[in-house]
Amino acid sequence: MRQIPRWADVVLVPLISLLLAAICATLVILAIGQDPVEALNTMVTGALGSAYGWGYTLYYTTSFIFTGLAVTVAFHAGLFNIGGEGQAQLGGLGVALALLFVPWPHWTVALLGAIVASAAFGAVWAAIPGWLQAKRGSHIVITTIMFNYIAYSLIVWLLVDVLRPPGQAEPATARFAHGIPALSDIPGLNLVFTQGIPANISLFLALLACIGVWALLWRTPLGYEIRAFGKSEPAARYAGIRPVRTIMIAMALSGALAGMMSVNNVMGESGRLMQNASEGAGFIGIAVALMGRNHPFGVVLAALLFGFLYQGGAELGLWTSIPIELRIVIQGLVILFTGALDHMVRMMLSLVFSRRKVA
Amino acid sequence: MTGDTAIELRGISKAFGSVQANKDIHIRVAKGSIHGIIGENGAGKSTLMSILYGFYRADSGQILVDGRETPIPDSQAAIRAGIGMVFQHFKLVQNFTVLENVILGVEDGRLLRPSLAKARKELARLSKDYGLEVDPDAKIEDLSVGYQQRVEILKALYRQADILILDEPTGVLTPAEADHLFRILRGLREQGKTVILITHKLREIMDITDEVSVMRRGEMIASVVTRETSPPQLAELMVGRKVLLRVDKQPAQLGEVVLQANDLRVSHDGVERLKGVDLTIRRGEILGIAGVAGNGQSELMELLAGIVAGTGSARLLGRELDLSGHEDGRDRRHAGIGHVPEDRQHLGVIMDFAAWENVAFGYHREDAYRSGPFTDNAALKADTAAKMERFDVRPPLPNLAIKHFSGGNQQKIIVAREIERNPDLLLIGQPTRGVDIGAIEFIHKQIVALRDQGKAILLVSVELDEVMSLSDRVAVMFDGRIMGVRDAATTNERELGLLMAGVTETA
Repeated sequence: MRQIPRWADVVLVPLISLLLAAICATLVILAIGQDPVEALNTMVTGALGSAYGWGYTLYYTTSFIFTGLAVTVAFHAGLFNIGGEGQAQLGGLGVALALLFVPWPHWTVALLGAIVASAAFGAVWAAIPGWLQAKRGSHIVITTIMFNYIAYSLIVWLLVDVLRPPGQAEPATARFAHGIPALSDIPGLNLVFTQGIPANISLFLALLACIGVWALLWRTPLGYEIRAFGKSEPAARYAGIRPVRTIMIAMALSGALAGMMSVNNVMGESGRLMQNASEGAGFIGIAVALMGRNHPFGVVLAALLFGFLYQGGAELGLWTSIPIELRIVIQGLVILFTGALDHMVRMMLSLVFSRRKVA
Repeated sequence: MTGDTAIELRGISKAFGSVQANKDIHIRVAKGSIHGIIGENGAGKSTLMSILYGFYRADSGQILVDGRETPIPDSQAAIRAGIGMVFQHFKLVQNFTVLENVILGVEDGRLLRPSLAKARKELARLSKDYGLEVDPDAKIEDLSVGYQQRVEILKALYRQADILILDEPTGVLTPAEADHLFRILRGLREQGKTVILITHKLREIMDITDEVSVMRRGEMIASVVTRETSPPQLAELMVGRKVLLRVDKQPAQLGEVVLQANDLRVSHDGVERLKGVDLTIRRGEILGIAGVAGNGQSELMELLAGIVAGTGSARLLGRELDLSGHEDGRDRRHAGIGHVPEDRQHLGVIMDFAAWENVAFGYHREDAYRSGPFTDNAALKADTAAKMERFDVRPPLPNLAIKHFSGGNQQKIIVAREIERNPDLLLIGQPTRGVDIGAIEFIHKQIVALRDQGKAILLVSVELDEVMSLSDRVAVMFDGRIMGVRDAATTNERELGLLMAGVTETA
């Protein structure tokens, strides 16, 4: 098949995919007897039309950057980590334990402690399937999915029977002593953002993580080994790259990134650990990584898009008679077109480009 | 040469995107002749034959069969026109019998039995006429490669092919099997069939063809009568400049023992593939391993390179190598072993990586390529550019992905990477497989130069010519064992050929 120009691959393919998803979403909205223009209007205004909306959109974006990066790192090692959800839940447990049982003197040190704990818990939770894959040949897709269920059940048990303060009816931990500043608490940004938004400084942590992942993958020998292993395991063996070590490191890094998402939602937004804190962000990370072409900077853009869809979709449920479940339909369509069907778009484009060459 | 023309191509052109694979090709193949088509990799031979067999459609031009214009839109049309094709990779059902494979796709009616009976009779006749004896009830998986090839030829004849195209037919055969194939082809010619032989081996062209057409960069450069040409002339036509066909080398200056290996064994899935091999290689020596592919050469190389685990003992300059799987490729590189793998695209490079990234492959943790915790990409690219200049890699673009280089240039990059590390022992497998003639000459020179610097070289190749001309000693492998070691200067093809077939008592 003919190659298409790089700019078209990076810019045109996602845009056309999005357009197709939008067309389908329009048809769905029409089919349930609603007004697509109103829906789009509500979504854009709700997610991007106000500082308040942005406060939510960026909050979701932060989580999606972490889980998108998690999928990206594993993907470059040739591993499909579906377990971001479970790893994020375990990361939340790490945050909770660090903040509940260590008397941190100041929120800054508490933040560092939470970062380390969330990363460590997520890393361990991903490293177990990694080990099973490397040593036992158990397929990582299957094991990481199963580990999502185990994580979910483990957290529920801990919240109900172990970590729940006496007398509290709700399965959740006590409030943490330390939180982290929201974007609206930062001098300068407080002029833009209103109080009460969930977006917090872990957005900057997420952006730092992007740069870190980029540097790791493309500027260090370890990243080189991960990418080489992901492209060809026999060739990696030839080059003396150890398969078990590479799988374990890639999965641990992936899990650590997914776990760090909990700094945003558990420490930042809710201030305590609740059931199902990650709210599916681990799965969204797969779509984000796919759409972001498994590049950290692409992940940021894709995370922003999904942040918008998430927040805009919530607004739909709030302000229109369109059911909130439509948000999932729209997300599904975006994933379908940008992830599963983007090859189709690329093929169509390559026809267009090759025809132009002939003409 | 008889006067009649079996096949004629007039002005055939075919482009893939911006690549012109075939440019205005004219060729006449005389009826009842063996016609060779020779050219470097990528010269357009396979494209041309695919057009003839209906896999591709030419952008322009005509195909004439028996003097009549015959469009060939698909392979069914090619078969109807009496054209048969024997591919390099056989298209046989492994667990079917010969008979079943022959009638596959041309069964008469819905019941198998009448077809089989008819085919059995026809097969017996064909076997007798052309000297193609094959047991019709043998299963393909039980047949040797040479016999499988005969089944492919029978298939084509059964479909009443008058024109038989063979694509690199000897690549998988022992010399004896190749000789037998040539006898069969001569027999076909005597019966009035026309044979088109695609190959890059000059010796085969000289041995068997009546006429030869030379392709270069998509164009038909020349069609000559084989008797009136010579290998140097053909090589020059193929490459476009004078080529040194013989490897020019001084007698070996042997030094101390570099590799002393005893009783090397490797098993895969419970099957022993390497069955107790002993080797000694000295400084300044090239030990060549000859043999048909799949007789343990790959396992031997990979065991020494630290890719697979095995048993036995191996000492490199007196230091014991750990063969149990604890040492990997990196440890071997530290120990002083360089490795140009047999399957270069599968093992030797990452095809999607740029050339400069592949120059670091296996050496990516070396200090020269690092600054602090990061890789020193600038240093790496500079090193790659320098290697590309020294090894005449074209195009000299370090940023280009290695998959966009030709086979010869990929190999030059790998050889540059492994040789310039100054290894005490270089393992080099199929150094010139899929490499064009110009690059072959260059790579051979590099190998000899390394030997003359006092390094030890273990060479594995299925090209007997290459092993014989490069090596100082030749060891022949068959079924996981070394059948014998011969002095390259005094042995001959017949002797090695017998060893390759597993026959030890040489006359």
